[in-house]
Amino acid sequence: MDLDFNQDDIDFRNEVRDFIKVSYTQEMKDELARSKNGSASKELHIKWQKSLYEKGWIAPNWPEEHGGPGFTTTQKYIFETEMAHAGAPRTIPFGLSMVAPVLMEFGTEEQKKKYLPDILSTKVWWCQGYSEPGSGSDLASLQCKAEDKGDHYLVNGTKIWTTLAQHADMIFCLVRTSKTEKPQEGISFLLIDMKSPGIDVRPLITLDQSPSPYQEVNQVFFEDVKVPKENLVGEENKGWTYAKYLLEFERGNSYSPSLYRGIQKLKDIARDTSTGNGKYLINDMDFINKLNQCEIEVQALEFVELRIFSALSAGQRVGPESSILKCRGTELQQKIQELSVEAIGYWSSPFVYDTFANINEPSIGPEYAMTITPSYLNGRKTTIYAGSNEIQRNIISKAVLGL
Amino acid sequence: MDFSFSEEQTLLRNTIQSFIQDNYDFDKRREIIQSEEGMSKDNWKQLAELGLLGVPFSENDGGLEFGSVETMIVAEEFGKGLVVEPYIQTVVTCGGFLRRASEAQRQEYLPSLISGDEIWAFAYAEPQGRFNLADIKVSASKNGNDYTLNGDKCVVSAAPWAQKLIVSARTSGDQSDKEGISLFIVDKSTDGVSTRDYKTVDGSMASEISFENVKLNSSSLIGEEGDAYALIELVADETIAALCAEAIGAMSVLNETTVEYCKTRKQFGQPIGKFQVLQHRMVDMFMQYEQSVSMTYMVNLKLEEEDVERSKAASGAKVQICNAAKFIGQSAVQLHGGMGMTDELNVGHYFKRLSMIETQLGNADHHLKKYSLAS
Ligand SMILES: Cc1cc2nc3c(=O)[nH]c(=O)nc-3n(C[C@H](O)[C@H](O)[C@H](O)COP(=O)(O)OP(=O)(O)OC[C@H]3O[C@@H](n4cnc5c(N)ncnc54)[C@H](O)[C@@H]3O)c2cc1C
Repeated sequence: MDLDFNQDDIDFRNEVRDFIKVSYTQEMKDELARSKNGSASKELHIKWQKSLYEKGWIAPNWPEEHGGPGFTTTQKYIFETEMAHAGAPRTIPFGLSMVAPVLMEFGTEEQKKKYLPDILSTKVWWCQGYSEPGSGSDLASLQCKAEDKGDHYLVNGTKIWTTLAQHADMIFCLVRTSKTEKPQEGISFLLIDMKSPGIDVRPLITLDQSPSPYQEVNQVFFEDVKVPKENLVGEENKGWTYAKYLLEFERGNSYSPSLYRGIQKLKDIARDTSTGNGKYLINDMDFINKLNQCEIEVQALEFVELRIFSALSAGQRVGPESSILKCRGTELQQKIQELSVEAIGYWSSPFVYDTFANINEPSIGPEYAMTITPSYLNGRKTTIYAGSNEIQRNIISKAVLGL
Repeated sequence: MDFSFSEEQTLLRNTIQSFIQDNYDFDKRREIIQSEEGMSKDNWKQLAELGLLGVPFSENDGGLEFGSVETMIVAEEFGKGLVVEPYIQTVVTCGGFLRRASEAQRQEYLPSLISGDEIWAFAYAEPQGRFNLADIKVSASKNGNDYTLNGDKCVVSAAPWAQKLIVSARTSGDQSDKEGISLFIVDKSTDGVSTRDYKTVDGSMASEISFENVKLNSSSLIGEEGDAYALIELVADETIAALCAEAIGAMSVLNETTVEYCKTRKQFGQPIGKFQVLQHRMVDMFMQYEQSVSMTYMVNLKLEEEDVERSKAASGAKVQICNAAKFIGQSAVQLHGGMGMTDELNVGHYFKRLSMIETQLGNADHHLKKYSLAS
């Protein structure tokens, strides 16, 4: 057991830093800083992902045969840490870390050839069609149906909370292909072209009120949408198995690098926030104790992550432990957002509708304050999506504690 | 000891409830807050006609001469309706100053306030001062019978709608001295007053205000020069008491809505309210609410006590309300799942209002410190 980096690791870290310096331009930084919900324009994300692709670093978790960089665990850690410290945009996960692993494991050779390269190069933008109005936590109850029509499926129904569907070229969907005793047994995993006739995408405005086209989520309607048979992944009615496989990837990422950045930013705010009489929030022990309590909890999470991920490299799979990361990571993120709102005091109140517009207009209060309350409000999503934290705790209690 | 409401108080509550039912359903509110004006002048006029803008003022001044319990009832009901019209800012805060102002000032200003013709806003916060009401750089320098006002106030709630401002300014002393602070009545249209108006997260409006060589006659001074701090503290505590009442109104709606939702929303073949972990969360929300109601009564019953006792009551209540507002707001969203994240549902709007109340006139940390210092 040790925490040291060897010379190769240090060289690698410098390479990552150099890459960020060149590719993450000031213009991109300025744009992302104005986001209320963590994403910016489609163009920004594509541009960023293309530069990672050109460097060969777009998919740190992919095996080399499909174009992954073959990072060691330490390199992955360094990569994520440096990206987070720089506040670089996160890669959009739906293609790269959700549908891709499923295709690699369960797709046909043809599907792999057809889809994986375009995912890697971000030529095709994917979104995730799992949840429905009546089926959130209880995903297996989903109703969106695909009828067998010989050479194609006919899809009818709706998907909701579909993140960034307004940008998507493809959606991977869980659909009902038969009515069975156990609802899990009649579900299939289908890939659908978003340009198919009969698909309608409508924005849903969330608490942060990011206006269209910057909305985070949408409802997607399917009316007699024809989907070619070859777009089925794996076997009909076996979709639930693939869906669960995917969820492990959805939940199994590391949170601590970006949490550290959140704490760093919070300290900067505390240094900048006057509390009257020539004093600053950074001198306020009540506040600093809360901040440091947070930092200690982030460190605890960091070391849980390191233990889990280094076990992985020794050939283990992230099991239900990924639920620990999801619970603690999201709850700490919310805590940091909460403290950020607290830190800016009255500047938490002004509302800016379109934060990407009027770049040259002076802000009300410090510029950084503009997105803090919206981010806090938006951040409430993290304990709801990707399996709510109540559901994660159910998983831990069943699968880890055997209760 | 008696915690029941009188017949007259119940009547008052009913009046407001039917006003809100008739004029303030969620869609109407949405229209109001999305309009250019950001509030409804019609509603304001109606509140005046119902006599509500005169609640705390003496009959001599044209008011109803009600006490803090009545103000609490009004604010609580407005909290349930998420009313954006600036009742607390105009009637409780500025009204709190004005009803203690000189006979001449009361005669000059109260009729048009009570009749709904003029809206008032209290400009106290400054960028460097955070929640310290005594940390004031805006200066009023005296020459002869006049004062000249200079400096900036920030996030002045309701100022875009206001014709009149009450401004805290330094007439002597150092930046955060409690002595040397004075209060001035300033007509917003006076030369040298400029504002930048904007909407706020909770659907209200506020302004950044700068004063540049604004000439004021000494008749606009409230009370004695340099002696306003105690009055500011008093009125701030009264405002906190009203904000607490508004908050418990909002909390009660969130709790009811959440319990109702959990009874009807089904997952895994049963109402989600059957899951024990959600039951316990709702029980905690309920307990937080009950404690908040109690602390709100407490502070409203102690507003007449001497300074230290009153100030402790206000800070104590604010700490309870801030913590409960956060817990109840966040939990309501969580228990609604994805629906709780939407702008479409009212849940998020109550959550936002409660979040802003947390900060107004000092957050939990600020009041906990104040409480400790006073103990
Ligand atoms: C911003 C955002 C983005 C999203 N993006 C996507 C996306 O791209 N694609 C997609 O398919 N979905 C997406 N989702 C949907 C998300 O996965 C669901 O919101 C989530 O599964 C919860 O479902 P629900 O909203 O229906 O809430 P419900 O399942 O109705 O849950 C309501 C409440 O009940 C609790 N609850 C439910 N069951 C239990 C139980 N057994 N025990 C204890 N508590 C329980 C929940 O924890 C929650 O607090 C997104 C959601 C959000 C908010």
